Amino acid sequence: MHPHAPGADPAAPPPALELRGIDKRFGAVHANRAISLAVSAGSIHGLIGENGAGKSTLMNIVYGFHRADAGEILVQGRAVSLGSPQDAIAAGIGMVHQHFMLVENFTVLENVVLGVEGGALLSGGLARARAELGKLARDYGLEVPLDAVVSELPVGLQQRVEILKALYRRAEILILDEPTAVLTPREADQLFKMLGRLRAQGKAVILVTHKLREIMAITDRVTVMRQGAVVAGVETRDTSPRGLAEQMVGRAVLLQVEKGPANPGAALLTVRDLEVRDRLGVARVKGVGFTLHAGEIVGVAGVAGNGQSELLEALAGIRAPSRGEISLGGRDLVRERLGPGARRRLGLAHVPEDRLRIGVVAGFSAQDNAMLGYHDAAEYQRGLFLNRTAIQAGCERKIAEFDVRPPNPLLRMGSFSGGNQQKLVLAREIAADPQVLLIGQPTRGVDIGAIEFIHRRLVALRDASKALLLVSVELDEILGLADRILVMNGGEIVGELARAEATEEKIGLMMAGIDSRAGFSPPAEGGLKSALPLT
Amino acid sequence: MSASAKLPRWAEFALLPALNLGVALLLAGGVIALLGESPVAAFKLMAAGSLGTQEGLGYTLYYATNFIFTGLAVAVAYHAGLFNIGAEGQAYIGGLGTGLICLWLGAWPFWVVLPLAVLAGAAFGAAWALIPAYLQARRGSHIVITTIMFNFIASALMTYLLVNVLIKPGQQSPESREFDANAFMPSAQELFGKLGLSFAASPLNLAFVLALAAAGLVWLFIWRTRWGFTLRVAGQNPAAAVYAGIAPSRVVIGAMLFSGALAGGLGLNELMGAQHRILMDFPGGAGFVGIAVALMGRNHPVGIIAAAVLFGALYQGGSQLSFDMPKINRDMVVVIQGLVILLCGAMENVLRAPLAAVFTWFGGRREET
Repeated sequence: MHPHAPGADPAAPPPALELRGIDKRFGAVHANRAISLAVSAGSIHGLIGENGAGKSTLMNIVYGFHRADAGEILVQGRAVSLGSPQDAIAAGIGMVHQHFMLVENFTVLENVVLGVEGGALLSGGLARARAELGKLARDYGLEVPLDAVVSELPVGLQQRVEILKALYRRAEILILDEPTAVLTPREADQLFKMLGRLRAQGKAVILVTHKLREIMAITDRVTVMRQGAVVAGVETRDTSPRGLAEQMVGRAVLLQVEKGPANPGAALLTVRDLEVRDRLGVARVKGVGFTLHAGEIVGVAGVAGNGQSELLEALAGIRAPSRGEISLGGRDLVRERLGPGARRRLGLAHVPEDRLRIGVVAGFSAQDNAMLGYHDAAEYQRGLFLNRTAIQAGCERKIAEFDVRPPNPLLRMGSFSGGNQQKLVLAREIAADPQVLLIGQPTRGVDIGAIEFIHRRLVALRDASKALLLVSVELDEILGLADRILVMNGGEIVGELARAEATEEKIGLMMAGIDSRAGFSPPAEGGLKSALPLT
Repeated sequence: MSASAKLPRWAEFALLPALNLGVALLLAGGVIALLGESPVAAFKLMAAGSLGTQEGLGYTLYYATNFIFTGLAVAVAYHAGLFNIGAEGQAYIGGLGTGLICLWLGAWPFWVVLPLAVLAGAAFGAAWALIPAYLQARRGSHIVITTIMFNFIASALMTYLLVNVLIKPGQQSPESREFDANAFMPSAQELFGKLGLSFAASPLNLAFVLALAAAGLVWLFIWRTRWGFTLRVAGQNPAAAVYAGIAPSRVVIGAMLFSGALAGGLGLNELMGAQHRILMDFPGGAGFVGIAVALMGRNHPVGIIAAAVLFGALYQGGSQLSFDMPKINRDMVVVIQGLVILLCGAMENVLRAPLAAVFTWFGGRREET
């Protein structure tokens, strides 16, 4: 265990960061209720909770984005007033956001000095920064090519740049918000090694995450939040993933859905040599082919941005492929140029990756969303007009079957939590009794309690002899649900594994573009990633 | 905190516009006081002049009729996510269609002329909106730019037609001949007279009822039909529309056709109801006022009718004011109208955040007790 655990005797140095009774409301929402916690120097503190538990609000208060309605923030034992991120930086607090705050077409060095150039002329500041960054890189093992343009760096290195930025501004307290969401398992391991070095150098690290595994692997202490309040603050070694999950949700949960062996039947969807280009003409999906059978879940694993999204959209008919064939029920969807509506009628349903962006209309009621895409169905028509009674009844059925809360078909979609939105989208797509269901990130932004429910429904669908294609960046989810796993890297399928032979390690290597059988093969992004120290 | 703070429905649709209107009138009152007139007397005069007499009310509703048509036109496009700045031009060309029917078939019975005039106005207005719609849907040319341009083109085209083609022979001013009396929209005075009631002479005419009917039609279309549903989906989330199998380009074209057709209704009121001939620049800026009306009416037909009547009252009360208070000339009246547009249209969100904070505070208190 680490020497500077909080709760030590009074003679010990004050905690690097202490929050006392932080309270914050947004309108009727009580986002933070009297939150107190202490983070010691030289420790990694995990902050865990479901979506909407108030983690982000709390961290935004610490970083000066929001001001608390009540409560105190103490840095190294001194009360501070944090009215803006500048105040937070001055107090020695740094934050690495989930979505990086980098200027993509600037070099690493330029990004680091941005805002702290130290003079009207850049050259002096840049030279000083170069020297200092060299030292930081040596001290913490944070090697980054300083003159590389940020957009050309792999995500893991971009994240390092964010960490360097914070350290360069003399951060003693570093907050990382869901840092592994965009990383391969290997990159995540490297990040954790780096965090370990920061801890050894006496920094205080706060790791905000919803991944229990990460909490167990690296943190010294963990704070669990639920509904805006702290429900537990414990030494990590005194708890277990199951215990943490129960505290997060407030009841016992199943972390792994139970399912029997798959019983694949006839081929339902066949994809051949599919190529998808983006608007700039860059191929995002390159010559992908596979077959989906009745009664199986095929998982597509890969680091975000390796063509999975484009593949899914091409299959759903949202994006036109530049080449290839998608056949469903004896018809070639590409050649016939069938759009999403026509594909739905052929029995191809789609739960999109980014439901708020494309899957729902946030300003519409739940019942209007529950017919979106199926608004042409005869059951919803009454002469020239829409049959409001049937629409409401249809939504009420879906709400009841999928336990959507609150059960109010007239409520605005945007007012539902992420999990309940997702349940309604799933309910809508499953209600049409599709033969093939495409699902992207089924549990992104979804609470643990709802994840369990959604996973059960997907398995039930498989057992009803439907074909499911599951795209997820959560490796645990792929391993938990899929019967067969395709791994994508750089727009290509770089490997296919039966569930029985798949391990996290094997998939991780394939995701990084490293074939475990063939040894090292150059990854798609070119030389930079291969220049990474692989330890 | 954010500009789109949530308010209770009644506050959103009644309290906020009322507060904005209050602030606008307060500022206008300040301007009037600076000119050395009494604001209270001025507003009394405006209210009496626009709503206090049958004649004043007639004028107010006659102006409002134009604003209802153009306001609905802007609102329909807005629900599809399109900002139609071109209602002015669409109304101008739409009126041409109505006017041509009245010129050619004016000798026919009124109840034959009326439906043809309505259809022609709608068709011409829709056709004028179709070109920008097509350019937006197929070529990605921004509809704001193209509809503005089409206002100018409409203006130039109408000037050409009135000066060279439609002008009454042997006349200097660029106007068509007067329509046959059969093609006159029955005035309010006439209609009330048939019911045995009396109403003062004013330009108010049957077109007001047609405008109300159009508002009802828009409501049905937007909120009760499948087509209206697809239009709202495309307007609020174009990506979700594609996902749902709705072709955005078809929505753009459909919405703009409907929008242009509504704007084309203006000629029924202005030409058939009031002027009884085609003349230069008869929309008189109603297409632009329609933008403010739609904004203030929250793009809902009921709100649009209310806002249109308010702007009608401002127009009528304003001319009364400049008539009775010599220090306040026509331009001052435009300033007052401008303040209302600024506060209720462009800056309507300025008061939203404070108002939301007040509601939150009270809401929070209620929760605690």
